[in-house]
Amino acid sequence: MASTSPQDAAPGRQVGLTIAQKRTFWAWGFLAVPVLFYVVIRFYPTGNAMVLSFQEWNLLGDRTWAGIDNYRVLFSDPVFWQVFRNTFVYLLLGTPISLVIAFVIAYHLDQVRFMHGTIRALYFVPFMTSAVAMAWVWRWFYQDVPIGLFNNALATVGIAQIDFLDSTTNALPSILAPAIWAGLGFQIIIFMAGLRAIPRTFYEAAKIDGVSTWTVLWEITLPLLRPTIVFVVVLSSIGFLRIFDHVFNMTTQNPGGPLNSTKPLVLMIYQTAFDSFDMGYAAAQTVVLFVILLIVSLIQLRLLRDR
Amino acid sequence: MLHRTLAALATSTAILTAGAAAAQEQVTIEYWQYFFEARVNAMEELIENFEAANPNINVEMTHFPYADYRTRTAIAVPSGEGPDIVQLFYGWLNDYIDEGLIQPLPTETFSPEMVASEFFPMVQAMERDGQYFALPTAVRSLALFYNERILEGAGVDVPTTLDELVAAAAATTERDGAGNITQVGLTTGMTAQDHHWFREVLVRQMGGEPYTDGYRNVNYDTEAGRAALDFYLGLEEQGVSQSGFMDEPQAAFRAGRAAFHIDGSFRIGALEGERGLRWGVTELPANNDGMRSNYSSYWVNAITSSAEGPEYDASVLFMEYITSPEAMQIWLDTVGELPARAEVGMTEENANDPVFGPFIRGLEYANTTIFADESAQRQVLVDMVERVQLQDMDPGESLTMAAEAEQAILDAYYGE
Repeated sequence: MASTSPQDAAPGRQVGLTIAQKRTFWAWGFLAVPVLFYVVIRFYPTGNAMVLSFQEWNLLGDRTWAGIDNYRVLFSDPVFWQVFRNTFVYLLLGTPISLVIAFVIAYHLDQVRFMHGTIRALYFVPFMTSAVAMAWVWRWFYQDVPIGLFNNALATVGIAQIDFLDSTTNALPSILAPAIWAGLGFQIIIFMAGLRAIPRTFYEAAKIDGVSTWTVLWEITLPLLRPTIVFVVVLSSIGFLRIFDHVFNMTTQNPGGPLNSTKPLVLMIYQTAFDSFDMGYAAAQTVVLFVILLIVSLIQLRLLRDR
Repeated sequence: MLHRTLAALATSTAILTAGAAAAQEQVTIEYWQYFFEARVNAMEELIENFEAANPNINVEMTHFPYADYRTRTAIAVPSGEGPDIVQLFYGWLNDYIDEGLIQPLPTETFSPEMVASEFFPMVQAMERDGQYFALPTAVRSLALFYNERILEGAGVDVPTTLDELVAAAAATTERDGAGNITQVGLTTGMTAQDHHWFREVLVRQMGGEPYTDGYRNVNYDTEAGRAALDFYLGLEEQGVSQSGFMDEPQAAFRAGRAAFHIDGSFRIGALEGERGLRWGVTELPANNDGMRSNYSSYWVNAITSSAEGPEYDASVLFMEYITSPEAMQIWLDTVGELPARAEVGMTEENANDPVFGPFIRGLEYANTTIFADESAQRQVLVDMVERVQLQDMDPGESLTMAAEAEQAILDAYYGE
């Protein structure tokens, strides 16, 4: 990266900067743009939200200090704890299920030669589709007779209808299913790239030694796939902790319902901010979500880091 | 065309007298409303008429998608970047008055006596300390939509009382061999308009009063409230309704899969274009003593605090025009929303109109709920019904919980 311009090299034009200093100068010069961008777009709003979480503001008037009132209200709100539980159910069901399904599909798809590209594209299509459109199509699938696809199918074979979305027990899994399905394409692509990155020589050596398929999977594939697994787990966990569009669009009539049984934290934040215009309270919820995301990500990185 | 020429003529004479005081210099004022095609068209016509009568005033209209509207106005108006005249939902007005973001209308043009005598009564919620802060061009109320084809098929008449409604709904509900409802008698759903029907209509028809102390105290945890809830839950128990049928009540009615549907006057436009749907509309059913009630809501126009000097004067003139009888008739013809002035609404022609008539007649006995947080207060009633239907809670217990939850929202809002 040493400067190569002819002027700099010419004798008598030295301005007193060493090459190392120039290098630092240019490095910071180029970094200035992203640093500025991050400060203005990321850090300033984040800091502002943290300050706001100790204030009261309805967008119209002045911000007034409220101390820790917002947090006190939040932690004594039964809806918050219900929402907190829901958020973790999305995470604890969503991440492992999607991980296993994505891995199994990627593992087998990796060995398929017949129409490999087409099949891979088919799995990837849901990821490219708008989450809103998809949520509305699934919402229609789940309707009762006479319009719902699933219930109509059940009715034709003489099985009683199932309340998918209009039930406090079925609604959350019903919304989680399309969310898992939608993210699968991305995870499969990442897993396949990870599988391809494992050197063939390991498998050839294992074959010569006559090792069983299961041992190859447990002793070679999974350990070498560790960085990929870490990446997918962290990314999909953050995704499930921030789930919003599926829930919001599948229950627009009664957002997060019935009886808050599907409401995740992000939806609660949205409603507090843009239905009730209680910006300080919404900011407090955002800070809590941020802390949860941070803790979960740190734990995962620590547990799964490459030793 | 003749209608337009007449309208323009009427405008010019009305404005000539009032407009004499306005400054002769060119003034531009900005008007904001949310985007709804018919409303934008109507406002364009009004602006054209107004500018023709006031050549020195230029009105610029800006509109936003409904989903962004409240946030955009809430950010723009306090910063002074916003409009001179803004359209607001009546329920937001208290906040805007409290923060000093809108100005009172001059009493010489909009005297409380004039408004009280000429507008429908619910408009009086816009008054504070002897001054009006905002006025609507149009208002909305509820009525009972019915599917003519289904009624003819079942041989039932249009119901006028609650009992007749239940009987007619029972006669028009259809099921498949497994007992699943395939055509619903009456659509229901607290998430749609039913929460208004419950509060302002059913509770009152059962002899109660939903709120006291100017909508600051919840008052439906009573015998009347319990009767109203029992009636509402009974619709599903008797099998004449199914909440969530075909996802949304209006969707079921539009698809011709519902005999009866309670909705607001704003639904008229959407139903008029529906092919193959023959529908009619009638006043909300009375109780067995013949007592009727209705719920009305509206969007108001207000002058923001950023309008000063010539802009303020021009804004007052524009406010005067868009709340005039002529503007209301244009709004009714273009948008289908009901005139806010009784003299326009209750003309022989409008009050007996087969479509608008039931809504306009409903305005005479309508109440307007003053909400602290409409979506949160609606959620309370949604949860009240779901606790019974999904968790088998005792209706009385659920009613008490709902009243307490709503009271907590009101207390928090009014700082009690």
